[in-house]
Amino acid sequence: MEGSSSNMRINEQKEEAKKEGMGKVREKTKKRSKEEEEEEVEEIFNLKNKPAHEGEDGDLSDSEDSVYSGLEDSGSDSDDDEEDEVMLDSEQTQQTPEGKKKEGGVTEEEEEKKEDEYAHDSSDEEDIRNTVGNIPMEWYKDFPHIGYDLDGKKILKPIRNKDELDEFLDKMENPDYWRTVHDKQTGSDIILSDEQVALVNRLQKGQFGDVNFNEYQPTVEFFSNEVMLHPVTNRPADKRSFIPSLIEKEKVSKLVHAIKMGWIKPRRVEDDTRGHFYDLWASEDSSILGRHKMHLPAPKIPLPGHHESYNPPPEYLFTEEEFALWEQQDPSDRKLPFVPKKFSSLRQVPAFPRFLHERFERCLDLYLCPRQRKMRVNVNPEDLIPKLPKPKDLQPFPTTQSLVYKGHSGLVRSISVSPSGQWLASGSDDGSVRFWEVCSSRCLKTVQVGGAVKSITWNPNPSVCLLAVAVDSVVLILSPSLADKQVVSSSERLLLGQQEAGATEEAGSVTWSDTEGEELNQGIRLKIQHPKAVHQVAWHAKGDYLASVMPDHSSHLQVFIHQVSKRRSQNPFRKNKGLVQCVSFHPVRPYFFVATQRSVRIYNLVKQEMTKKLQANSKWISSMAVHPGGDHVICGSYDCRLSWFDLDLSTKPYKMLRHHKKAVRGVAYHRTYPLFASASDDGSVIVCHGTVYNDLLQNPLIVPVKVLRGHVITHDLGVLDVTFHPTQPWVFSSGADATIRLFT
Amino acid sequence: MGGLQKKKYERGSVTNYITRNKARKKLQLSLPDFRRLCILKGIYPHEPKHKKKVNKGSTAPRTFYLLKDIRFLLHEPIVGRFRDYKVFVRKLKRAYGKTEWSAVERLKENKPTYKLDHIIKERYPSFIDALRDIDDSLCMCFLFSTFARTGKCHVQTIQLCRRLTVEWMNYVVAARALRKVFISIKGIYYQAEVMGQLTTWLVPYQFSHDHPTDVDYRVMATFTELYTTLLGFINFRLYHSLNLLYPPKLDSKAESELKEDNEEDYAMDSECYLEKLSALSASLARVVSTAEEEEAELDQFPVDGEELENMEAKEKEQKQQEAQKKLFEGLKFFVNREVPRESLAFVIRCFGGEVSWDKSVCIGSTYEVSEETITHQIVDRPNVDKQYINRYYIQPQWVYDCINSKILLPVEDYFLGVTLPPHLSPFVEEKEGDYVPPEKVKIMALQRGEKPAHEQEDEEEEEEEDEEEDDDEEEEEEEEGDIDDGDDDLEAEEKKLKKMEEQRSQGKSLQVKVTPGKMKVENPVRLEEEEKAEDKRLAIMMMKKKEKYLYDKIMFGKKRKIREANKLAAKRKAHDDSEKAKKKKTRK
Repeated sequence: MEGSSSNMRINEQKEEAKKEGMGKVREKTKKRSKEEEEEEVEEIFNLKNKPAHEGEDGDLSDSEDSVYSGLEDSGSDSDDDEEDEVMLDSEQTQQTPEGKKKEGGVTEEEEEKKEDEYAHDSSDEEDIRNTVGNIPMEWYKDFPHIGYDLDGKKILKPIRNKDELDEFLDKMENPDYWRTVHDKQTGSDIILSDEQVALVNRLQKGQFGDVNFNEYQPTVEFFSNEVMLHPVTNRPADKRSFIPSLIEKEKVSKLVHAIKMGWIKPRRVEDDTRGHFYDLWASEDSSILGRHKMHLPAPKIPLPGHHESYNPPPEYLFTEEEFALWEQQDPSDRKLPFVPKKFSSLRQVPAFPRFLHERFERCLDLYLCPRQRKMRVNVNPEDLIPKLPKPKDLQPFPTTQSLVYKGHSGLVRSISVSPSGQWLASGSDDGSVRFWEVCSSRCLKTVQVGGAVKSITWNPNPSVCLLAVAVDSVVLILSPSLADKQVVSSSERLLLGQQEAGATEEAGSVTWSDTEGEELNQGIRLKIQHPKAVHQVAWHAKGDYLASVMPDHSSHLQVFIHQVSKRRSQNPFRKNKGLVQCVSFHPVRPYFFVATQRSVRIYNLVKQEMTKKLQANSKWISSMAVHPGGDHVICGSYDCRLSWFDLDLSTKPYKMLRHHKKAVRGVAYHRTYPLFASASDDGSVIVCHGTVYNDLLQNPLIVPVKVLRGHVITHDLGVLDVTFHPTQPWVFSSGADATIRLFT
Repeated sequence: MGGLQKKKYERGSVTNYITRNKARKKLQLSLPDFRRLCILKGIYPHEPKHKKKVNKGSTAPRTFYLLKDIRFLLHEPIVGRFRDYKVFVRKLKRAYGKTEWSAVERLKENKPTYKLDHIIKERYPSFIDALRDIDDSLCMCFLFSTFARTGKCHVQTIQLCRRLTVEWMNYVVAARALRKVFISIKGIYYQAEVMGQLTTWLVPYQFSHDHPTDVDYRVMATFTELYTTLLGFINFRLYHSLNLLYPPKLDSKAESELKEDNEEDYAMDSECYLEKLSALSASLARVVSTAEEEEAELDQFPVDGEELENMEAKEKEQKQQEAQKKLFEGLKFFVNREVPRESLAFVIRCFGGEVSWDKSVCIGSTYEVSEETITHQIVDRPNVDKQYINRYYIQPQWVYDCINSKILLPVEDYFLGVTLPPHLSPFVEEKEGDYVPPEKVKIMALQRGEKPAHEQEDEEEEEEEDEEEDDDEEEEEEEEGDIDDGDDDLEAEEKKLKKMEEQRSQGKSLQVKVTPGKMKVENPVRLEEEEKAEDKRLAIMMMKKKEKYLYDKIMFGKKRKIREANKLAAKRKAHDDSEKAKKKKTRK
C-alpha cells in the first residue's frame, strides 16, 4: 500500500517536472530566436556537455530529491526527449548551451520562472523555430529560405559552402563525422553526444530508451482477493453488492431440486475396472445353473486340411476343369470355400481377402443358428443287412439257364406247362401256339390260331389233355393229343359229352361253336366267342370250369365263367368295380380271386358273396398267383413291386418286395416246392424261397435265392411270363426276345 | 361335455416358444440391443419340431426363441444398463440440440457403462468350461489386434486385444503348450494344449485389412467385448497356475539385458513395456522365483493286461511330448527381416530355442547377426550376400515342418533357393482308406527312425506303392464287375453258335473240325467270393426301406471317399509323370 502510494507520488512529481520543463522551453525559444545566429558555433561545442546531464537525469528521476536539484531543467527536457526523434533532440540541444552559459547567474532567474510556468500552461507545445510544420523539406529546395519563424519572417538557409571535396575531407579528418547529423528543418549539422548515440542504439534494438528503466518490475495487485483496509478506488459500492442475487438463487434452487429429484447425478467416480482381471473362478463350488446343464456349446470350426496349405501337395491344387466348376457353382454348393493356391515361399503369401467375412459369418453362426443335439448314427453298414438263411441251405431252386426254346418270331406272351410236366405250350404275338418237349427243347407242334395269343393255360386236370387259348375275342379249347390214348379219349369225351347239354344253355353274349376242317385237324376243338377281346383265361383245379377276363371299364361284362362239360357260360358279377386285370380260382376251396387295378377281391362262389378285399398298396396290379395251399397270394404290379398277402393275417400285404427295377409282368408259385418267382421288364427273373408254415403263429419266411438273367430286353420289354415246372424245381420264362428259357 | 372350450395354440409346444419380435417387445429393447444381449448371454434361437404348430398355423419364416431363455434374460442386470444408455443418448441429444455445453459435459462424465464379469462366470461356471470355448475368442482378439487404429472400433479395444494376445502368447511360451502350427493361405493356425484342452486359433497375416462393407462391425465388436473379458480372466488364471506374475512382468535379468539406449526413440514409455513383452524374447517373472520346475512323473501302478498296454502307450506318448517340447533346445536362430518375426519368435521360443533379430526390426533382440554361435538363420529370399560358414541358412517352413513332425527334419530340402517340399496340414489324421500324400509317408518313415534312402530309391518305392494302390483299385473294380463276367462268357459262346448257325443257313459247308477244348479253370476262392457277394446282394434286397436308405447313404459316402482318394492319387501320378518327363527332357 505504502509502496503504491509512494509511486503515485513520484508520478505526480514527474508530471510537475514536465510542466516545468515545458514552460522553460518556451521561454528559452524566445530568447534563442534573438541570439541564434551568433551563438551557433558555440552551441555545437557545448552539445557534449548537455547529454551528460540528461543521463544523470535518467538516474535521478527515480529519486525524489533529484527533481529539485540544480539540474532539473535539463532533466525535465530529457523526459520529453525519450519519445521524440533525434531531430527534435538536436533542437533542444541547441537551447541548453544558453542555459549553461548563463548557468552561473541565471539560477535565481530560473527560480522566478518557476512560478511563471504554472501561469501559462501549454504542455503540449513543441519547441518550434520553423513554422512550416511536418512537411518534406524538398519543397524548399529551390528557395533561399527554409521556412518562417514565429514572427512570419523567412528563415534563411544557412550558408553551406561545402562541396564534395570538403565533404570528403571532413569525412576523413573529422573524428565526429559519423555522429554528425544534418537537420533538414534548420539546415544545420548536429553532432550527437555519446549518450545520444547510445540512446539511438538502444532504440534501434527495440529497448527502452531509459537505461535504468526496469521492464520487469513486480506487479502490484491492487484488485486482489485480500480485503484491504482502505478502498483502492474512491468509488462508492453498488447496492447489489449488499443484497444476495435473485438470479443466482433461482439457479441454485433449480440445481438443488434437480439433485433432490435425482435428475442430476454427482460426478461418477472413474473406476478403472475395465480391463482389470482377477481370479473369477476362485470359488469353483458355486452352484451350476440348471440351464447350464442343457447348454450346447457351439461346435468348433473344422480344422484345415492339406487344401488350405500355402504350399500344398500338387494333387490338391485345382485343375482347370475343377476351377471352372468351382466358379460355376453357387457359393453354398462349393465343397471348398476357397481356391487352393501354391506359393513358392512364405514371403509371397498375400492377405486372405475373405478373412473378415469368414470371421463375421462365424459370429453370425454363433448367435443366429439354432443349435440341436443330433445323435450321430454310427452304424456299421454290415449290421444293417438282415441275417437271412443262406440260399445254399434252401436248395433246391433253379440256378442256371439250361435250355432255350427258340422258334417264335414274335414276343411270347404266355407259357404253360402240362400237368404231367412233359410238355410246354407257348402263345406268341406271331399268331401261333407252339408245343415243346420240355427235356429236349424240341418244338413238336405248331398251331396257327390267326391272332396274337394273349393267354394260354393247360387244363390242370391230369386226366385230360386240354388247353385254353385266348386269341382276340375268342377262347379256343385245344386238344393237342400229346398224351396217351386214354387221356386223349377222356378229353374228347369231355368235349363231346356235353354238346347236347351245351346247346340248350346259351349265355346271352357268348357263343360256343365247334370247329371244322383245317382247324379241327390242328386240334382246335371249341371256340367260345366273347363280345370283347379276352386277355386272360384261367382253369379251375378240377378242370371243368374256365374263367376268362375281358378288361373294360365301362361294362359289367368283364369276367365269364364257362363250364366246358356243359358248354355253359355265365357272368358271375352283376357289377364290376374297376378294371379287372386277372382272375384265379382257389386251388381247393370254392373261392374266386379277382384282381383289379388296386385291389384283389375274393369271392365265395358258393355263398355268392365277397369275403375279402386285399389292398395291394400299388398303383396297377399286373399279375397274381395263389399259393397251392390257398392261404397266400402274391401280386406283381407295374410299379416294380411284389406284394405277398397272408390271407389269415390281414388285408394289407404282409411284405412288399421291391426287388425289380422295372415293372413286374408275371408271378408264379411252385406247386410243391416253397418257391415263387417274379418276372420283370428289367430282364430278370427273381426266384424267392417262401416257406409257409402250418403253424398259424409263424409268419412265412421269404428269402430271395436267385436272380436269373438271360432274356434280352427288346422294345423296353423283358420277361413277360414265368411259370414253374409242376414237379421239378425248374422255372420257365418267356420274353419279348421271342425265346423261352428254362432255368434249372 | 362341459368344461372350458379348448382354444387353439394355447397349449402344447406353442407355449414353449416365442418369436424374436415378441421377445424383443417383452424385454423392451431395440433390435440391436436385443442382438447384443443375445450375443453376450449366449442365447440362440431354437428350431421347433413342428414349426407350423408353433407358428400358430402360419408358415411364414420366423425365428423362435425358447420362452425360458427370454424369461431368463428378463432378470439380467445388463438390460437395465442398456435402457440407461438409451436414456443417456436421448439426454445427450437434447443437450446438444439446446447447445447446453455444460450439460453435455456433465452427461458425458456420467456415461453409463457395464461390466461382463458376472456373465462370464454364469456362462462358464468352471474354468475348464471357459478354456474349452476359447478358440473363437482367441481368433477374434488376434484379428482385432491387427486392426489399424481407425474408426472401425475403439482404439482401447484394439489395445486391449493386443495386450491380451501378447499375454496369451507369453503364457504359451512359458508353458511350452504349443503342439501344432500350420501355415495356410488364410493365416497361421496354432494349436496348443492348455490344461488338457486342445485350443486352435488362427492369426491373420500382418497386412492391413480392406474393410468390407457387408460386415457388421457392431456385431463383431460386441463379440470382442465379451471375448476380451473372457480371455483376460483366463489369462489371469493361467498365469497364476504357472506362478507367473499378472499382469506379466519381464524377468529382472532379462529386463536388464533388454535395456537399450535408444529405447526412448522406439516407443513411448507406456507402450514400450508391451512392445518388449510382445517381442517374446525374454522369460517372464515368477511370483516365487524357482529353478525350472520339475515335471511330475507318473507313478507306476501295478497293472496288468490291457491296462498295462494302455499305460505303456500313454507313457510313450508323454515321452514323445516331452521330447517335442525340447525340440529346439540348444539351437540359436536368427530371423531375417523379411520373415514374419512374431510368428517365428513365438514358435521357436515355444520349443526352447533361442531367437534374435535385427535391432531395427523390433525391440528386444538379444544378439547380432555376427554372433558366432548362431546355428540357423531363417531367410526368405533367393540368396544372401554375406554368408557365415558355421550356420544353416534355411527357409521358414523348416521350423514349422519340424514342429509338426516332432523331429528335426534334414535341412537340405529347405536351403536357400531350393524348391520347398509341400507343407502339409498337421490336423489331418488319415484313417484307413484315406489318401495319404507321399510326403506324409516320407515324414512318417523319418519319425519311425528310418533313414531316408536316396531319392531315386524313394521314387521307386513310391512307384511300387502306386502300383499296389492300382492293384487295389483293380480288385475293387473287379469285384464290382464280376457280376457281369459270367454273362459275358455266355454271350460270347452264344455269338459263336450264332455264327455257326448263320454259316449253316447260308449253306456253306461247315468245316468240321475238332478243336482242342480249353479247360475252364475254376478258382475256388473266387467262386466262394462270388457266392458271398451274391448272398450279400440278395440279403440287401430284403432290407427294410428305412434301413436300405441308411445303408445306401453310408455306402454312397464310402464310395465317394474312395473315389476322391483315387482321384487324388491319379492326379498325383499324372503330376509326377509329367515332372519326370520334364526332368528327362532337361537331362537329354
